Amino acid sequence: MREFGYQRVFDVSGAVALLDADPDARFLGGGTNLVDLMKTGVERPARLVDVRELPLDTVELMSDGSLRIGATVTNSDLAAHPEVRRRYPALTQAVLAGASGQLRNMATVGGNLLQRTRCGYFADVTKPCNKRVPGSGCPAIEGEHHNHAILGASDRCVATHPSDMGVALTAFDAVVSYETAEGPGEVPLSWLYLPVGDTPHRETDLPPGALITHVTLPPAPVAANSRYRKVRERASYAFAIGSTAAALDVQDGVVRDVRLAFGAVASRPWRARAAERVLIGAPADAETFAAAADAELAAARPLPHNGYKVTLMRNLVVAELTRLAEEATR
Amino acid sequence: MAPATPSTHSAISLNINGEKHALSVDHRTTLLDALRERLDMTGTKKGCDQGQCGACTVLLDGRRAVSCLQLAVAAEGREITTIEGMATGDQLHPVQKAFLDLDGYQCGYCTPGQICSAIAVIEEHAAGWPSAVTDDVRPEAGPPPLSADEIRERMSGNLCRCGAYVSIVEAVARAAAAETRTVTSADLPQTEEAAA
Repeated sequence: MREFGYQRVFDVSGAVALLDADPDARFLGGGTNLVDLMKTGVERPARLVDVRELPLDTVELMSDGSLRIGATVTNSDLAAHPEVRRRYPALTQAVLAGASGQLRNMATVGGNLLQRTRCGYFADVTKPCNKRVPGSGCPAIEGEHHNHAILGASDRCVATHPSDMGVALTAFDAVVSYETAEGPGEVPLSWLYLPVGDTPHRETDLPPGALITHVTLPPAPVAANSRYRKVRERASYAFAIGSTAAALDVQDGVVRDVRLAFGAVASRPWRARAAERVLIGAPADAETFAAAADAELAAARPLPHNGYKVTLMRNLVVAELTRLAEEATR
Repeated sequence: MAPATPSTHSAISLNINGEKHALSVDHRTTLLDALRERLDMTGTKKGCDQGQCGACTVLLDGRRAVSCLQLAVAAEGREITTIEGMATGDQLHPVQKAFLDLDGYQCGYCTPGQICSAIAVIEEHAAGWPSAVTDDVRPEAGPPPLSADEIRERMSGNLCRCGAYVSIVEAVARAAAAETRTVTSADLPQTEEAAA
């Protein structure tokens, strides 16, 4: 591991000033991904700016009904928060489906959104990887890719984003607020992650040195009837091979409102807007749900070893929407 | 202008099991390595060193964490509790006792991490935290019973290569049940009621 400087910061302006002054510096939150990547040499920061003690560790219900989540709130505290559990149960479920109790106590919301892919080639510095070393190639496309992307990938990179939390936040239209040395900004989470294209090493729309300060969920009554479902290769403590965050409101047998996002299928949490368009105003039945899944998955471009994900996601969508429809009319 | 080369070492003080330990660390030192290699506290075990096995579990400010991904320098100012701090004198912690009584281990290498994790699991459950196998996570649904499924899910961050899981689940259940009985039994200190 490269030697590095360490500074603990207590205010946001101090934090962004340090990163502004040193392009080789990185923010350290829980460290559950960054410290691991430093051990393997994927990350080689010259300086760590420890943001864990910034005053960004609260979840607040705002007067307009939105929920404002501080960037240093731990995964555990987010999942356990009564207003999250009441208003956005799929978000609690998504967070609890990720990692282990130990890691959830350490990991932060801001860090979760900016964690790196778990593609094995990205993690192995002896292998080419366009995301890690631009232009070096993507061995996953001809190699081990059974858990890689089926949507929105390119011939340069087929890695997936590993977050569960981000899938539920994307379904519920979260907005990311950040601070830079030049001032604050915000971006919808759906737009935070850049298209893969020819530049898989450019992952987010955040300006250099930006610090995520909050993630805000607008009020969404439909989210009270929501679920996150994660499919993985063992029952617990594993990354998804496919997941859905879904919320559904049904009146008189018709879909009045819906939110749907997919995990583990793309380089970002995947908002299923084509599916949502099919669902709104349509009969809340298995036929509609399958048609909605097909509309979204029409854009899927599976590789030789991950075609199963298309079937998996279709089945997941139908099963989860069917269950939510039953619960909505109960 | 290029930033000044930052110092790569710090003199820190770690609060471990209620005692302060002063040491100078290379910033690359994890809490796990500081405990084992610098402070000779070898109860905390190194398994994978990648946050995947849970052998290095300790409590930070009362919450379980993997010490292999925790930088020592970033642990300054926090209350660190290791397996060495769980017993009170010769009196084992109830979770330690349950692991002994029910053979919650074979080789014992993962056991300190299992016990630290289990102590926190019982507290997290008592605080009403749901888990990934809790069907209804809404607060109105109330806390789920600490069933074997709940214990397995909550303990899934601690791997046991010997496969002692059956006894581990029993030990956690027994310790949790004992704790619940203590809380609800009539022999609780009556100070608050007496004062009221």
